[in-house]
Amino acid sequence: MLTTRIQKTTGLLVSLAALIAGIIASIAFGVTDISWHSIAGSFTSYTGSQEQLIIRTARVPRAFIAAAAGASLAVAGSLMQGITRNRIASPSLFGINAGAAFFVVAGTAFFGAGSLSTYAALAFAGAASASAIVYVLGSIGSDGLTPLKVTLAGAAMTAFFSSLSLGILLTGGQTFDQVLYWFVGSVAGRDMSIFWSAAPYMGAALLLAFFLARHMNLLALGDDVAVGLGQKTVYIKLAAAMAIVLLAGGSVSIAGPIAFVGIIIPHLTRYLVGLDYRWSLPYCAVLGGVLLLAADIGSRYIAFPKEVPVGVMTAIIGVPFFVYIARRGDR
Amino acid sequence: MNRLWTVRGRKLSFQLDRRMVTVILLLLAANAAAVILCTGMGSTFIRPLAVIRTFLGIGDPSDSMIILTLRLPRVVIAIMVGSALAVSGALLQGIVRNPLTSPDVIGISGGAALGTVFFILFCSQLSIRYMPLSSIAGAFAAACLIYAFAYRRGGVTPLRLVLIGIGIATALSAVTYMLILTASFTPTAVAVKAFTFMTGSIYGVSWKRDVLTLLPWFAVLMPAAIFYARHLNVQELGDDIATGVGSSVNAKRTMLLLISVALAGSAVAIGGTINFIGLMSPHIARKLVGPAYGGVIPVSALIGSLVLLLSDLIARVAFLPLDIPAGVFTAAVGAPFFIYLLYRHRNT
Repeated sequence: MLTTRIQKTTGLLVSLAALIAGIIASIAFGVTDISWHSIAGSFTSYTGSQEQLIIRTARVPRAFIAAAAGASLAVAGSLMQGITRNRIASPSLFGINAGAAFFVVAGTAFFGAGSLSTYAALAFAGAASASAIVYVLGSIGSDGLTPLKVTLAGAAMTAFFSSLSLGILLTGGQTFDQVLYWFVGSVAGRDMSIFWSAAPYMGAALLLAFFLARHMNLLALGDDVAVGLGQKTVYIKLAAAMAIVLLAGGSVSIAGPIAFVGIIIPHLTRYLVGLDYRWSLPYCAVLGGVLLLAADIGSRYIAFPKEVPVGVMTAIIGVPFFVYIARRGDR
Repeated sequence: MNRLWTVRGRKLSFQLDRRMVTVILLLLAANAAAVILCTGMGSTFIRPLAVIRTFLGIGDPSDSMIILTLRLPRVVIAIMVGSALAVSGALLQGIVRNPLTSPDVIGISGGAALGTVFFILFCSQLSIRYMPLSSIAGAFAAACLIYAFAYRRGGVTPLRLVLIGIGIATALSAVTYMLILTASFTPTAVAVKAFTFMTGSIYGVSWKRDVLTLLPWFAVLMPAAIFYARHLNVQELGDDIATGVGSSVNAKRTMLLLISVALAGSAVAIGGTINFIGLMSPHIARKLVGPAYGGVIPVSALIGSLVLLLSDLIARVAFLPLDIPAGVFTAAVGAPFFIYLLYRHRNT
């Protein structure tokens, strides 16, 4: 839709503006209505009032976590769709989110992992194991990685990991309360230190993804062409896989397993700016953040004054998109 | 030696496959052994002999109280839920002609779970007898939705059906979680119960409430499945041949689909979303008695019941005093089995 360089740049700037507006809106709206004046005040002249406390300890981390998780999931989804050449590839459907969540749950329950850094490390380990398993399972057989096999493998691993996680949670008793919302995917009720524990990895992985963009374009021409043009496809795929693991694992460790962002946004950006990864990846990052921020703000009002986990919102928003994509999937 | 036994009566004659009869008898024996184990093991151990004595009505009264009131309903539920899920999976695999589908993978169980949770939360003044109706309605709505979305250009391909089903399943479980989490009472206690339900578990079941609720559905649907299964054999040949030999393909298929959905729905109403049984059992059955559905359906039922009995036994006994949802163990066994299936069907 956006064809010239100027249009694309303008579009990206508009999206960035939307992201910033989303962050501000996420800070401003909620159960406690907070005036613009005190929002500004909590950064310029902090007095420690009730309102400013809410802003600094709850709303700001929440906004940043939503933006970061959304950006990571969308970029991870885009990379996955690129290397598996499967249009519904995404961290949630291919079991990566569930695997990361399982490792976090199991680590907490059995090995007493409590610190934030181990949380993130566990999530990365889980994301890596799950993606390896699903990739291997999906590629068994002479016809390689077919959409049907890899999707079924992803669904089976998701069922497997989430059953085990739920089993552990239900027997844990006390921890259940704390992880309940997290397990459905939520960005509420966590502080800035959680964000900072995963942000460096996710930031590094985003940079890695942007660096890979040019190579992903080559890969999109097909393995044979890419090899013919002198690309070491194995290394590119491995690097992309590493970025996917860090992005998906990081977002699970801060926000829990959130579905559909990784499917919707890459398709949207493909529609907007086409197949060039140099453009689509930055767009994914920005729009992914916007989507999750919007979903999170919506989740505060859908069952007001109760809050719905944002994972529920993305699932509800995601289904129509998903159905559309899956119907177009095999011609 | 003849592979078939011929039974001739005055008005009725039929042939029985020897292998099938043997397999069914063996599985019945295994199920009986599992029942004795399941009723005997737990926080109080009762020796198998004492269990059998109780069943014969000559046991110790304190034993019979534990066995008959506490453990037996759970065992009966495991048998019904396990076999219903297995048969539902077998029918579904025949209908969509894809060996890797099952009601839990493609979202039918998810619809049933949503229906059940909806009933628990909003229809609590109604008798629990109506709960399977709500679950079946949910399962049926999900099936219609999936089919409608997957229908394109005059047909439904297995790939599209599976993809859409998985997407719908994800969304349905999200909506179910939302209902649970936003329900207007103390969240944790209800949520624990609901999450247990979503993993699939059969604890705290009673004769009056659960067994009697599920029994009528089971008693009607299971014979219907066995009776209608023969039409699947014809359908396996492809729609053209099936029409050619005189089968009313679409009507039969709709009927079979209804039975499959209702079986899954009623099983989910009591047992929750227990994963992988619907996928595994038909495969094991085909391995044992070959592809003809006349044999596959009853054998699947026996296998499903055996798997759930054993899963529930492990879930109950392995971590005493904790009672873990049986669905955790069906998933633990089911996922590796699924990998094996993918490997076997790797070139299809």
